[in-house]
Amino acid sequence: MPVMPLSGNHAAAYAAKLSRVEVVAAYPITPQTQIVEKLAEFIEKGELKAKFIRVESEHSAMAACIGAAAVGARAFTATSSQGLLYMSEMLWWAAGARLPIVMGIVTRALAPPWSIWSDHIDVLSQRDTGWIIAFAENAQEVLDLIIQGFKISENDRVLLPLIVAWDAFDVSHTIEPVDVPNQNVVDEFLPKRRKYRHTLDVENPFSYGNLAYPKDYMEFRYSIYDSMLRAKDVIEQCAAEYDRLTGRYSGGLIENYLCDDADIVAIAMGSISGDLKVVVDKLRKQGVKVGFCRIRYFRPFPSEALAKCIEDAKTILVFDRDISFGSEGALCLEVRATVNREGLDKRVYGIIYGIGGREVRQKDLENIIVKAYKEELNHPRKLLWLNLKHV
Amino acid sequence: MGLVEIRWHGRGGQGVVTSAEMLVSAAIYEGKYAIAIPFFGAERRGAPVVAYNRISDTPIRTRCPILNPDYVVLLDERLGRMIDVVRGLKSDGVLVVNSKSVPEWVDRKDIRIATVDATSISMSLGLELAGIVIVNMPMLGALIKVSNIVSLNSLTKAIKAKWKGERMKQNLEAVTRAYNETVIW
Repeated sequence: MPVMPLSGNHAAAYAAKLSRVEVVAAYPITPQTQIVEKLAEFIEKGELKAKFIRVESEHSAMAACIGAAAVGARAFTATSSQGLLYMSEMLWWAAGARLPIVMGIVTRALAPPWSIWSDHIDVLSQRDTGWIIAFAENAQEVLDLIIQGFKISENDRVLLPLIVAWDAFDVSHTIEPVDVPNQNVVDEFLPKRRKYRHTLDVENPFSYGNLAYPKDYMEFRYSIYDSMLRAKDVIEQCAAEYDRLTGRYSGGLIENYLCDDADIVAIAMGSISGDLKVVVDKLRKQGVKVGFCRIRYFRPFPSEALAKCIEDAKTILVFDRDISFGSEGALCLEVRATVNREGLDKRVYGIIYGIGGREVRQKDLENIIVKAYKEELNHPRKLLWLNLKHV
Repeated sequence: MGLVEIRWHGRGGQGVVTSAEMLVSAAIYEGKYAIAIPFFGAERRGAPVVAYNRISDTPIRTRCPILNPDYVVLLDERLGRMIDVVRGLKSDGVLVVNSKSVPEWVDRKDIRIATVDATSISMSLGLELAGIVIVNMPMLGALIKVSNIVSLNSLTKAIKAKWKGERMKQNLEAVTRAYNETVIW
């Protein structure tokens, strides 16, 4: 397996190519554009046998992916920010039609004011669409999660579309060594997409997406809910199988980094995770019993795995790169719900960081953890905005 | 080798990002870990641009901004009069600058300075595009000369993997000449 210097975006393109996608439909938007540029290049050179459908908008890009997936093709697209919002209506159609599609999202703040830098609100605004949502920490994981994503999405116990998200620039444009698996390894892991009972077939016509009366509609929703819960096992199984074939465990619902005996556990998603692990290592050497739990899949939310991870901790620090106006961070709300549902007794603090690409230093992360350790943080009611200027 | 951090300053079109990328490629040949971080903003040809590298023997997890680099590489000496290019450079760190001599604006006594006339090297080899002299290759040669973070051999392999034909030869020549001509003051 060759190690290549790849940006997160190019790692995504390689992953789609190795997954032998058959249809790519996309519309350019910073910081996503490099992904589909690279895929277009693969197709033009004949290295990837796929149809590239040029469209006039993200809404149409997803519509094209839905059409392709409905007739049995493996479809891929990618977008960011405003493009994702414009596409949003079709996300519901894709999930409701139970179509396996994988989409890369390079996270980017929403306007106004314009920003091309990262935060997670674009992806999290699509929380309830019925898409599985994964967050990658680095370029390697972008590649690994996209390949695994097709297998999870296409599993007939799941049949839901899947988003892999990664942070603008910190991952999308940062170039790092990426272990690119050989095609035969990926082929063994991810066989050709098969047809399902609901795959469109001109020989056997039927229709779907019709009007559902109140006596039927609710069951469609329950069915998505149920499949989403079943996806949890499938996600773990796929990570284990990928590990067996590539020798790399790079998936699963959560990452438990030194949480088992921790008094304090920090929780986060995406590219901040590496720095949090470095800070945990540093503080551990100073005798602070701190751990880090990374939420790799936000949907389905890994409540059980998280509850186990934080079982013995007293204090939980949740780092959110998003804000739900009028409440707090989306991840923090999930953690509070988990703590409550499992009947755990914890202090949960919400921290908002990195909005619109706001700089975060290791020292900032360290200071908060040390404050929590010394019980010097304000009441959890007071949401902490990291590195906020005086407003 | 512990963690080594580098900051690149140049102008859009001079090849700053490509340099940072080539360093990652060369590091891979040595089994080292490296990342290249292009700072992304309103980049355009001729405007000041910044990129960063981290290189280490162990996996690199951090993505925080580099505040105290071990090396600063400056592709356009004149930028030093506009911006504080040595800001945060470690004491005993090295400023590698595209210049015939030590620039008069350097006001720190605690750093070392290395110079190479990268513009002349690139011009003599015809490394120009749309009126901008591409000085990234000689500056890479100078950086590895003063830092030893990767060998000239590994960088040669990386260049051969990236370019073919005349361009490859020009780049190899540029790197090698700069490697030999770099002066540490």
